[in-house]
Amino acid sequence: MTNVADAPPVKVQMQPQSRRSMSGLIAQTEVDLRLFGMLVALAVILLAFDILSGGQMISPTNMVTLSVQATGIAIIATGMVLVIVSRNIDLSVGSLVGFVAMSYALLMTDWFPNILHLPADFPLTWAVALAIGIGIGAGFGAVQGFIIAYVGVPSFIVTLGGLLTIRGLVWYLSQGAAVSGLDPTFQLIGGGAAGSMGATLTWGVGVVGCLAVVWFLVTARRQRRRFAFPVRPMWAEAVIGAVGCLAILGLAAFANANYWPKGLADRYAAEHGLPAGLQISTGFPYPIMLLIGVTIVMSWIAKRRRFGRYVYAYGGNPDAALLGGINTRWTILKTYVVMGILCAIAAAIAAARLNGSTLDVGQSYELYVIAAAVVGGTSFAGGTGSIAGAVVGAFVMQSIAYGLSFNGVNSPGQNVVAGIVLILAVGFDAWNRRRSRSS
Amino acid sequence: MTIADGAPLVELQHINVAFGGVHAVQNVTVDLRPGEVVGLVGGNGAGKTTLIRCLSGAHPADSGQILIDGLPVSISNPRDAKARGIETIYQTLALAENIDASANVFLGRELTSRFGDLDDAAMESATRKVMGRLNPNFRNFKTPVVSLSGGQRQAIAIGRAVHFNARILIMDEPTAALGPAETAQVRDLIKQLKSEGIGIFLISHDIHDVFDLADRISVMLHGKLVGTVSKADVTTDEVLAMIIMGKLPTEVTQRDLAALHG
Repeated sequence: MTNVADAPPVKVQMQPQSRRSMSGLIAQTEVDLRLFGMLVALAVILLAFDILSGGQMISPTNMVTLSVQATGIAIIATGMVLVIVSRNIDLSVGSLVGFVAMSYALLMTDWFPNILHLPADFPLTWAVALAIGIGIGAGFGAVQGFIIAYVGVPSFIVTLGGLLTIRGLVWYLSQGAAVSGLDPTFQLIGGGAAGSMGATLTWGVGVVGCLAVVWFLVTARRQRRRFAFPVRPMWAEAVIGAVGCLAILGLAAFANANYWPKGLADRYAAEHGLPAGLQISTGFPYPIMLLIGVTIVMSWIAKRRRFGRYVYAYGGNPDAALLGGINTRWTILKTYVVMGILCAIAAAIAAARLNGSTLDVGQSYELYVIAAAVVGGTSFAGGTGSIAGAVVGAFVMQSIAYGLSFNGVNSPGQNVVAGIVLILAVGFDAWNRRRSRSS
Repeated sequence: MTIADGAPLVELQHINVAFGGVHAVQNVTVDLRPGEVVGLVGGNGAGKTTLIRCLSGAHPADSGQILIDGLPVSISNPRDAKARGIETIYQTLALAENIDASANVFLGRELTSRFGDLDDAAMESATRKVMGRLNPNFRNFKTPVVSLSGGQRQAIAIGRAVHFNARILIMDEPTAALGPAETAQVRDLIKQLKSEGIGIFLISHDIHDVFDLADRISVMLHGKLVGTVSKADVTTDEVLAMIIMGKLPTEVTQRDLAALHG
């Protein structure tokens, strides 16, 4: 009579993949091939537009601008992945961005000084405003999530209603007026020359990034060793580590090759008694750092936390999740709260870049966000999608828009192409699925 | 083979479940003792699965009582059932096909590290252990369940129930999707679990499966319990008469039995 827990431990079988073929070599590195493929596609798109523009497009300045433009969409897309993976949709994100952006503008121009009578130099104005905005976003998300998960109204309908209702509320917030004049520190969230880290900090971030890559590889390996699981061959670890570090340091160098605009740099030089013609590196803009932070946190939530596991399990088989004892309603509600928080972060970037807010901030974000998630490999069938993929998807969509615009295609033309790319991406996904199923 | 004595491990008393106007389960009472296998048989739509879903927490009963170790308990969701040592292997297997074996085994009961992070390595290790016992050839610990064979999936579903040291195990058609070799494996496992003192409700269409494994057989027809008989006291034909005609061995005539064979 053996008890289950005392059953003899099973010898772990090593599974050496074929070393002969190229695909065997790649398999040993255990790299996410889909994500790698998308990065290649992104590079091809950028290079193609660069060639079309006679080698003008790929410059540090253009790439930093493109990246900052993509941040808002990319940040929300990380949350849209969780929503779509759990078989729902959120159409209200654009309106919510508009509402929270208007709230930031009103907080700093009107409500703080006139209602709360805070002095103009109130410390941490930016942080208080951001916290309130995140609270507003989470609140709207919770209400919509509650109606979807507990009342049982389909998410398409609830968030379609949200799209209309929340956009309408933006008008009531400001009585239709555009508002401007934000806290100077808050404006740094939007990037630009001032809203960037400068050369030293950028290198610092690069070095920290490299250390993080190494730490990540070492702990993952140690964790697998702990249970005597097969580990990657050492050369594969080294290659991944080296490529990761080079990529991070390369990006840091590239961002540091972007300089302040000449007028601004000359004024700064004059103020500080420095010779004119000074070149000041911008380095990484703050919104990019925000995006990197959001991507890391969201990936951690998706892969390493129960909540993320439940979202994917529910997407794969709602019945299995329920029978497994998961509180599925609460899980769904939380995906919308996360969504609201991400909208508030994206709204901060949008408001900071505008130094205020208008009635149409965030207009049609929902379409670009959904497109980014889907181009990034999130499937409407539920259960599949990756955070990093959605971020790359956002950059793909933004690169196409930027590249077309750089080569003189107007905004309607960009929309035509964006729509076609979206359909192609989903078509490719469907084809790929059929192929892998039949083989 | 002996029937374990003592107080019943679990008793389902006067259970009623209705879907709209349809009485899926009407006033059914069954029980199960430690180390006993009770076969639950009946035709399609007899209410076997619905009855058992009350015990597994998947669909609470409209009325009736569940007693464990003689004490009334309330089981209103799958978590309640699992907390009381009731594990269920569903006919549908209830696997999330997009995640891997260990994520499914621990679904809803994940192991976490100090900071609440998922401890995937520990879960994989435990899964390797339990799968090594159920299906020693199983290697695909990192692939989503969707790409595994029917037998492998079944092994994962069984492994999930076995790993958590169930006291009461519900198996709904555990061999329906399996080949002969795998079916034999599951039968051996049931015998082994029984010898460990686990009480098992075995739902099956296959009367021979039930006769091979069960100590007692409860027969349902049209949502009602026809009766519960000890395997030692009946023939397969008598059980078939219960399943098809709803007649107990004491009521059934030789003519009825002859009619079964056309």
